[in-house]
Amino acid sequence: MAVSAYEVISTQTLSTTAATVTLSSIPQTYTDLVLVLRGTSTVDDTIMMQFNSDTGSNYSWTQFGADGGSGVFSSRGSGLTSFRIGYGNTGQGSHITQVINYSNATTFKTSLSRSNKGADDVRAIVGLWRNTNAITSLTIIQTSGSFATGTTISLYGIKASA
Amino acid sequence: MTLRYDSRSRVSTYTQSWVSNADPDFGVFESIATTTVGASAVSEIIFSSIPANYKHLQVRGIIRNSVTEGNFRIQFNSDTAANYSHHQLTGDGSATASFAGSSQSYITSGNFSGVSGIFTGVILDILDYADTNKFKTTRSHTSFDRNGAGSVYFNSGNWRSSSAITSIRLFAGNDAFAQYSSLALYGIKA
Repeated sequence: MAVSAYEVISTQTLSTTAATVTLSSIPQTYTDLVLVLRGTSTVDDTIMMQFNSDTGSNYSWTQFGADGGSGVFSSRGSGLTSFRIGYGNTGQGSHITQVINYSNATTFKTSLSRSNKGADDVRAIVGLWRNTNAITSLTIIQTSGSFATGTTISLYGIKASA
Repeated sequence: MTLRYDSRSRVSTYTQSWVSNADPDFGVFESIATTTVGASAVSEIIFSSIPANYKHLQVRGIIRNSVTEGNFRIQFNSDTAANYSHHQLTGDGSATASFAGSSQSYITSGNFSGVSGIFTGVILDILDYADTNKFKTTRSHTSFDRNGAGSVYFNSGNWRSSSAITSIRLFAGNDAFAQYSSLALYGIKA
């Protein structure tokens, strides 16, 4: 029987609103992580991510996107205490972040995100954490407001062959 | 965090293949091969002898150019003729741009960084790679951030051949892949 390289690590549905959600004790047995965030926020604002509870200015991001009205845009942020993974909103949205080679201890960590607001926003984002430590926890932050009740957060692991 | 290793929670379409008294097939997304660059930079990474028993392929990983920023390029089945084309949408943090190339000898899948310590993330999908009735289509998300500069790339590519893909050559437009660059090939079953 073949074994899938793509497995669920955890999944949860928020029973109350939460401004931050931390997934800790992430196993080191995978190559990549995929975070799937599906739901709504109490206000329209950015969604950020931190690794290993590092609150230093060690993060940066670059994005491009389109909002259906004013055309395409591109922006970036540097020297930050977290990096952007999406734009939360009071309508339904889906946000997928791929943390690639999260468990190696030799390279800075690069993440690729896709964020979709059903009504009028789509964007792609790359994030950087300037730290070579293996990632053992991640925190998702709704910049203002909170993730709404019923929001689902799933973490998957992808395991490459040696 | 609660870790759930219940095998029935694994990502798969096992509900469609579950047969009473038979093993479920969890092999929907399978690792085929992985290459990690050692101390000496390499000019190309080739996945060969790719089995034909999947529906799609995905390449995932991190890459860094050994010298400076350059194209990330793709060829199939050692075909170096002008049978490829590509389109690109990109944003560099301040402006957006698009780019296209036709009758190329390779598919371009964005650029990758040459700055020390900065690795570019790559997710490349190769769709219906074994279908001998179709030209082959790729799509990719290739991006890097350098703390104050960066680029996000969305690319599509086409190989005008109906041959099943049995090998993939990934190479740099200039220079080489630096140490710790790592690319993994996965197969996805329908």
